[in-house]
Amino acid sequence: MVRPCMVALAPRPRECALTTVATNQLLAATGEEGGGFHPPSIAEFFPASFLFEGTPFEMNRIILVRLVAAAVVVVLFVIAARRAQLVPGRGQNLAEMGLDFVRVNIAEETLGHNARRFLPMLTTIFFAVLFMNLTGVVPFLNIASTSLIGMPIVLALWVYVMYIGVGVRKFGVGGYLKNNLLPPGLPKPLYVLVTPIEALQVFLFRPATLALRLTANMIAGHLILVLCFGATHYFLFEAGGALKIASVFGLVAGLAFTLFEVLVAALQAYIFTLLSAVYLNMAVEEEH
Amino acid sequence: MDSTTLAEVSGNVATIGYGLGTLGPGIGLGILIGKALEGIARQPEVAGQLRTTMFIGVAFVEVLALLGLVTGFLF
Repeated sequence: MVRPCMVALAPRPRECALTTVATNQLLAATGEEGGGFHPPSIAEFFPASFLFEGTPFEMNRIILVRLVAAAVVVVLFVIAARRAQLVPGRGQNLAEMGLDFVRVNIAEETLGHNARRFLPMLTTIFFAVLFMNLTGVVPFLNIASTSLIGMPIVLALWVYVMYIGVGVRKFGVGGYLKNNLLPPGLPKPLYVLVTPIEALQVFLFRPATLALRLTANMIAGHLILVLCFGATHYFLFEAGGALKIASVFGLVAGLAFTLFEVLVAALQAYIFTLLSAVYLNMAVEEEH
Repeated sequence: MDSTTLAEVSGNVATIGYGLGTLGPGIGLGILIGKALEGIARQPEVAGQLRTTMFIGVAFVEVLALLGLVTGFLF
């Protein structure tokens, strides 16, 4: 586990809320007895650390959730694989379905005959991302452990090093650069434009967007859930009179978004792995 | 607040940028997924391939909207 890099998404004391004065007055009038409504902020993702403070191994709640998610993956697969039988039981069946999905629908579909080589890596990435995303909807954990940029950066760097590595090993440095930066079949003057764009794409945008997409999705999902359930709490306990009815909408929306978050967690794991496979395929393919 | 002011906006106007930033990717996703559906309806036998390609495209379009989210927090 690597210490999360907090530089990219560091919280800034900046006014981001855009509200109208009318709404403020309404909320202030109804919420005077309680603490008022606290909208979720980016500070949610930087809880206080409780262990090894000041060292590089500083632990906070989210790091702990990550460790829990990692332990759960390992334990589940050990249980499923230890009593592996020819005719699979229920647990083994489920594990096999997951592994089969990565092999058939992601690896073989994009990588073709190269799939076997990269299958362990893609499987690891898929299940790591899936379980770390799903902690966002597990009660008491309540935060996706990929919502700090550190974990996605580690995974994206792994993919980055791998696809450049296999490309360079197969074609040599010159061949790899030629394959990626000089796409064939273009009129000569266009290369002035195309080559810098391709270079940025290969060496910067691919890993950056890979990490950013996952993190931003999880941050957005968490903020929506906090907003829904925070509003439910506020309307039910602190708002007066007829406004209490609004808490029902908050609760229904919160539950609907929880289901939506499960979908997003699976989808992001799929997309992360699929794009890794596509990038690997672009590096090892002959023609460009 | 004087009597002619109905509503007043406070806070960072840049936040509006994120709302605007979702427009383009929204239209893009609509066209992208709609076209993929059209293709699947015409040729159900290549549905798997179309779906994979669609998700790759979705990932590229989606990241544009998410950039808006991240810059909203940063700046």
